[in-house]
Amino acid sequence: MHRLSRRGLLQGAAGVAATGALGGCAMGGDDAKGDSAKGATSANNPLGVKEDAPLEVVIFNGGFGEEYAKAHEALYQQRYPKAEIKHSATQQIAETLQPRFVAGDPPDVIDNSGGSQIDFNGLVSQGALTDLGELLDAPSLDDPNKKVRDTLLPGIVDVGTYDGKFLTLNYAYSAYGIWYSKKLFDAKGWQYPKTWDEMIALCKTIKAAGISPWTYTGVHARYMSWPILAAAAKLGGLDVIKAIDNLEPNAWKHDAVKAAAEAYYQLAVDGYLQPGAEGMDHIQAQTEWCRGHAAFVSCGSWLENEQKSVTPPGFDMAVAPTPSLTTSDKMPFEAFRGTGSEPFIVPAKGQNVRGGMEYLRVMLSTKAAADFTTKVSSLTAVTGAAAGLALGPGLTSVTKLIDASQGAAFTWLYSTYYRKLERERVNAASLELFTKRINAAQWCDKVQKSADEFAKDPAIKKYKRA
Amino acid sequence: MWGKRLFIAVFLLPPLLLYGIFVVSPYAQAFQISGTNWSGLSPTFEFVGLDNFRRLLGDGYFWTAIRHNGLLLLLLPVATIGLGLFFASMISVGGRADRAGVHGVRGAGFYRVVYFFPQVLSVAIIGVLWKQMYAPHTGMINGFLRGIGLDALAVAWLGDPRFSFWCVLAVLIWMNVGFYVVLFGAAMQSIPRDLYEAALLDGASRVTTLVRITVPLLWDTIQVAWVYLAIVAIDGFAIVQIITDGGPSSSSDVVGLRLYKTAFADGQFGYASAIGVAMFFLTLTVAAMFLRVTRRDRVEL
Repeated sequence: MHRLSRRGLLQGAAGVAATGALGGCAMGGDDAKGDSAKGATSANNPLGVKEDAPLEVVIFNGGFGEEYAKAHEALYQQRYPKAEIKHSATQQIAETLQPRFVAGDPPDVIDNSGGSQIDFNGLVSQGALTDLGELLDAPSLDDPNKKVRDTLLPGIVDVGTYDGKFLTLNYAYSAYGIWYSKKLFDAKGWQYPKTWDEMIALCKTIKAAGISPWTYTGVHARYMSWPILAAAAKLGGLDVIKAIDNLEPNAWKHDAVKAAAEAYYQLAVDGYLQPGAEGMDHIQAQTEWCRGHAAFVSCGSWLENEQKSVTPPGFDMAVAPTPSLTTSDKMPFEAFRGTGSEPFIVPAKGQNVRGGMEYLRVMLSTKAAADFTTKVSSLTAVTGAAAGLALGPGLTSVTKLIDASQGAAFTWLYSTYYRKLERERVNAASLELFTKRINAAQWCDKVQKSADEFAKDPAIKKYKRA
Repeated sequence: MWGKRLFIAVFLLPPLLLYGIFVVSPYAQAFQISGTNWSGLSPTFEFVGLDNFRRLLGDGYFWTAIRHNGLLLLLLPVATIGLGLFFASMISVGGRADRAGVHGVRGAGFYRVVYFFPQVLSVAIIGVLWKQMYAPHTGMINGFLRGIGLDALAVAWLGDPRFSFWCVLAVLIWMNVGFYVVLFGAAMQSIPRDLYEAALLDGASRVTTLVRITVPLLWDTIQVAWVYLAIVAIDGFAIVQIITDGGPSSSSDVVGLRLYKTAFADGQFGYASAIGVAMFFLTLTVAAMFLRVTRRDRVEL
């Protein structure tokens, strides 16, 4: 009698299961519902929210936590008491939501932030996002005669616009610069340097005082590419940055970029970087700075909140723009990189697109914005919403920075257009630069080579910045 | 006869069905997806044939990652099994022979617990723990080096591409060795003590007893250990992601991490699946190869 061997049985079963299961596929089918829940518009409800349509909000549970969102949801609930609000928070935005995008059932509002945010290049090229232009032109909640657009800080619309469509609302406003402890500087009689020569001279003094002039995060060495690019933009003008954003040939080899890279490379050559910094992550490096082991660190304005638990009392942190490289820089010393962060999106295939946009409009009211600033110590995209609030020393210096610049804030977009270019390539090259494994010219070459690779890759959608 | 077959089938079918749905079908789908340019964010995609695999061949970052997995494959099983055998034989038969016969070194029970300890920690905890151990200023390793006056050796371990891979390898060995100490130790319990006693009477050294008695009698267990460790070496994803995230400059990148980043950071699920398919064949080949190479006659007692 023929006996089926164990192995034979398993092989047969596997084959059957494989062919059978291919029907139910991970790639799903297209059964989108889309913008079905549009109600009647009115002065009080300009976006036409259906009053009883449920709203689902997913928040990135990172440095800002999720409490602020619960307050925003309560404000939305006040306006639409019949709407049921579903709130959830996660650190794994991409892993959690990717299957729901595929299934055509994404939530209505997503805070697409953090280390595992969903790549915007992918979202935009798949047409997965709602054009929020209508929101920009809707009247603001505080003043019916003022459009939402006119309540936003400069740069917010730019950084959320892809090919002319406003697709993401970056709710938080971050200023980037070089941080120092005012207490330490006052005690030692040091002045924040306005030119690069002054910076190098001061570094010499600081080192002589037994403190490392700079620290930085080796794991996220791209933090140090920020002052390089900011200095390059100030030296050569915004076109230098635009060329980089547009992946133009030799954009990273522009003389201004080279000069800036050269200047910051000098810190490594002269031994002004904290030894061991190349092995630290951002928390470790910033903590070294808070402990007074280093004088300068490059970061954005979330720094104060991030370091809250380890900042000594009276540390008095302050931020300043990058020093000017020459006397003939195209932008003044006061110009700094300021841009939106914490990107909120409304998926195009959500069940309640109108509600999602309305939720953002609620977030952009002065009340909601002030609440956010109080809760998480960060400014918002809303102009003047922090006026009259008691801010920490770091955030106070950020508002001073914004005021002093008189609108001369700028930013680059390549890091949102082509996230991997910054996160992987510029990151890796920058660590090599600051550990002196390559010099400034080689850094430019290396990053340029990566940028060329992205320019040639047909799998990556290209954007043009005007 | 049929009644018996039906009876068996009733018990076999549910697990087979589950296996088919949750194991075989995702694998099959990965093969299908690897032939598309699917972004993982919408239901739309095109079939691109073997394009993804062609791209894989020319992807320097992928080859760097493969090279690291290859190194792990060469070093991790050898080091782990070697240390495991050494520790296990010290614990079970390493002590001085006296009237009570052959037994382990003093405090064997304590060592057994200490070695096994990493096994009860989750990979995430081990990763975070070691990341802090390697920290340049606050880490224990540099603290120890400075403490004994070796300041020059206190470097930024994870920030230097010369060291990062070896740092990860050390953690992988540390976290795996305990399991094999216990496994080999248990297997050694089944070796009759009088074999060791006879060997000792004949004047055999410890090395000789290890090579001539222990290893041949444990061969089946070692073979299993080898295949398991090979699979760990081809993976390595979680520990690398937590400790170094592949950096600096890809110096500790592994294929698993490349796959994950390609899928979830770059939104290229088609290409990521191609990496997965390549990895599938690699793992299969390696497992088959190891089983074949290590096949030898079983020593019957």
